[in-house]
Amino acid sequence: MKIGVLALQGDFREHLVAAKTAGHAALTVRRPEELAEIDALIIPGGESTTIAQLARTFELFNPIKKRISEGMPAYGSCAGMILLADRIIDGAAGQETFGGIDMTVRRNAFGRQVDSFESDLDFQGTSLHAVFIRAPWVEQVGEKVQVLSEVNTAKGPHAVAVRQGHLLATSFHPELTGDLRVHRYFFEQVCTGAIK
Amino acid sequence: MSEAVGTARVKRGMAEMLKGGVIMDVVNAEQAKIAQDAGACAVMALERVPADIRAQGGVARMSDPDMIEKIKAAVTIPVMAKARIGHFVEARILESLGVDYIDESEVLTPADFENHIEKWDFKVPFVCGATNLGEALRRINEGAAMIRSKGEAGTGDVSNAMMHMRKIGAEIRRLSSMREDELYVAAKELQAPFALVKEVAESGKLPVVLFTAGGIATPADAALMMQMGADGVFIGSGIFKSGDPATRAAACVKATTFFEDAKVIADASRGLGEAMVGINVADLPAPHRLADRGW
Repeated sequence: MKIGVLALQGDFREHLVAAKTAGHAALTVRRPEELAEIDALIIPGGESTTIAQLARTFELFNPIKKRISEGMPAYGSCAGMILLADRIIDGAAGQETFGGIDMTVRRNAFGRQVDSFESDLDFQGTSLHAVFIRAPWVEQVGEKVQVLSEVNTAKGPHAVAVRQGHLLATSFHPELTGDLRVHRYFFEQVCTGAIK
Repeated sequence: MSEAVGTARVKRGMAEMLKGGVIMDVVNAEQAKIAQDAGACAVMALERVPADIRAQGGVARMSDPDMIEKIKAAVTIPVMAKARIGHFVEARILESLGVDYIDESEVLTPADFENHIEKWDFKVPFVCGATNLGEALRRINEGAAMIRSKGEAGTGDVSNAMMHMRKIGAEIRRLSSMREDELYVAAKELQAPFALVKEVAESGKLPVVLFTAGGIATPADAALMMQMGADGVFIGSGIFKSGDPATRAAACVKATTFFEDAKVIADASRGLGEAMVGINVADLPAPHRLADRGW
């Protein structure tokens, strides 16, 4: 399986390492030709406004949107989650997303950097140490969206890992901890069957 | 569920998210919006850009909290702000305002000529300048979660940034080639803690993200620094002291992402209008060189 990592801005190198460590060919995606070559896409952490802006400028925005709607598996962490959401709250004026997951995501929902945190989560029945950095959370999901992990906040429980068919998104950054379980879940559970 | 805030991992991790991006100096909300629209991954809120601090002289201090608040309200991207070297009360004020990163910066007038801020004690992460590896490791030892090479701020002359990136890179490569029993003397020479020296020797890189700063004024300058191994770029006076800030800002963002693609950089370099005027670092008398501040 050829995994592409969107390499416009953010911590794409860490996702490349995770994909390679899990035994997959991994390449950076900055151009439409590179997008055409891959079986699945990872959208890294970073600034969602910057990534969307560069995707527009370099004519990747619509091709990514199209491939996602045609069934290409995709996984987004943090900024990547925002970019996979059909709807966002607290975005910059006119901020666009690739969409695909029927959910509303609140940007910087946990607060500013001083509120960034690490915490243990339940993921697929096991405990996972997760790193949240100026992280978004999922405010609302549609019927087809499966909630994989939640965090209890002062404002009630909020989903921080979700899946809808061939698409996976997390508020947190598994690429920063060296724990490959979320990536393996993406490659083995989400991609398998979705790739024709 | 145990939650931990302000850990080294979330502080350093924040810098990981800025990689491959451009952090731009802005002095008001309008500039901050221009920077965000151009694709900046963060903004640095300050009252005067380095070129003006240089021109106007006097003591340069932390910015007015009102001005920082207005910039925070204007954008969704991270907002950084500068505190004077060693001025831990300015840093506490900035932390209480909820800025996302503090730059303990030589661009402001130092408040302490011996000590830097003890940075472990803060929830907010710090970025600090360095001209060489020893200085970078001393800052990391004090708790800095991100390093930027200093360059010579406010000049538009990239030569010092180049020198500092080369120096840091060369010193890292030298450590990587040493036998372990030679690292003790290397640590002594670098005036840096042995544990950090050993970590760098083993990994071949700094334990935190390394950006570059000081004198970057064109898309080509930004790409040059990326090719020298920077994880990203700070642009201070270079954008808003130029003829067409919005276009130049977007061009620098493009060149930073496609730093290895000369054609993209060439296209980004077209029709940018006037660059900031610039000062040759060699013409600056030594007491006016900001990069020498920090110890």
